[in-house]
Amino acid sequence: MPDATGLELIAQDLRAADADAVLGTSFFREEATIEVAPAFLRTAAETLHAKGYTFMASCHGVDYYPDEPRLGVHYQLLDMPNVDRVCLKTRVPIEAPNVPSLCGIWPGANHPEREVFDMLGVVFDEHPDLRRILMPEDYEGHPQRRDFPIGGEPVLFTYNEDKVPGWTR
Amino acid sequence: MALTREPIEPGSLRARQLLARDLLRGDLEGLELEKHVEQSILTTTLDRAVNWARGNSLYPATFGLACCAIEMMSIVAARVDVARFGWEAFRASPRQADLLILSGRVSIKMAPVVRRIYDQMLEPRWAIAMGACCSSMGVFNNYAIVPADKFMPIDVHVPGGPPRPEALMHGILKLRDRIQGNAPAGWRERYGAEGTEEVLGEADLPGVNAVNVFQSGETQRA
Repeated sequence: MPDATGLELIAQDLRAADADAVLGTSFFREEATIEVAPAFLRTAAETLHAKGYTFMASCHGVDYYPDEPRLGVHYQLLDMPNVDRVCLKTRVPIEAPNVPSLCGIWPGANHPEREVFDMLGVVFDEHPDLRRILMPEDYEGHPQRRDFPIGGEPVLFTYNEDKVPGWTR
Repeated sequence: MALTREPIEPGSLRARQLLARDLLRGDLEGLELEKHVEQSILTTTLDRAVNWARGNSLYPATFGLACCAIEMMSIVAARVDVARFGWEAFRASPRQADLLILSGRVSIKMAPVVRRIYDQMLEPRWAIAMGACCSSMGVFNNYAIVPADKFMPIDVHVPGGPPRPEALMHGILKLRDRIQGNAPAGWRERYGAEGTEEVLGEADLPGVNAVNVFQSGETQRA
């Protein structure tokens, strides 16, 4: 991990490229996080890639309901020679959930981004193959959103069996 | 003429052998002959005989879905040894199998595949829903899983999460009873029910008035 000072140095480099790129940094429990505006996500990722964070360990989607903007995407980046990790975070509103895809930088982002699209409905612009990956192709909605009904099947128990037609004792 | 069946005495083997010899020689006549025939021949219908054979030689399909499949595999091993009942030959092709054990949760993406495998099996065929997940969706009672009764007929549900191998074997013996035509009605006798009945809410308000959704405080009576 970069320490808190190292994190600020990285953030300064990102700000040097684009003054409005970095929305904030946080250093919490030894985890360095940089939040960037979605418009600058790709340039920030390219800068970090050039700095040595050549491995995208994982990519996640988050629904921050009821906070706004609701949807978030996290990229966990790893600098393998220095064993140095940093989290790149961006948030988009649910009305325009467009995030630039990072498949061009890390090809391994392809399937994780498809999963984030499937579960949360984040649209990755310029993704080579943005389809559902887990749910059926004709599924409607994005089930990991917090306002999506949990669904499921009603279950019959002894305490409610009397209400079922045809189940009289 | 009335004949009564009598239990065969343990030490009467030699005497019965002599009777059989006399029968073959033509020396046995009258009531003695009738009694010997009655004790030696079993009459049944073809259906019953065929079902007896079917129930004792089922071929399950080699088909595991999730963690229940580990328990399903272990029923073939020495401890439970389902070979005692002639069920041990797991077939790799649904064309050669006549029993589908749904061992695990079925996701809505997997359900068409399971249904297709079931449709490929030759009749007569049976299905066991093993465990809570594929019977009632269990702990995965959410958008992703579908209960097996929704898309295919199930003969026996084995509860548990996952059921122990002994529980699955108990379910298998229940299915054997059912195939052989002497299945106990079980809980259906108590409710006067036939088959499995679905419990749904109003058509326009799915789930709202469903009788089997927890309402506040209701679980205290459960």
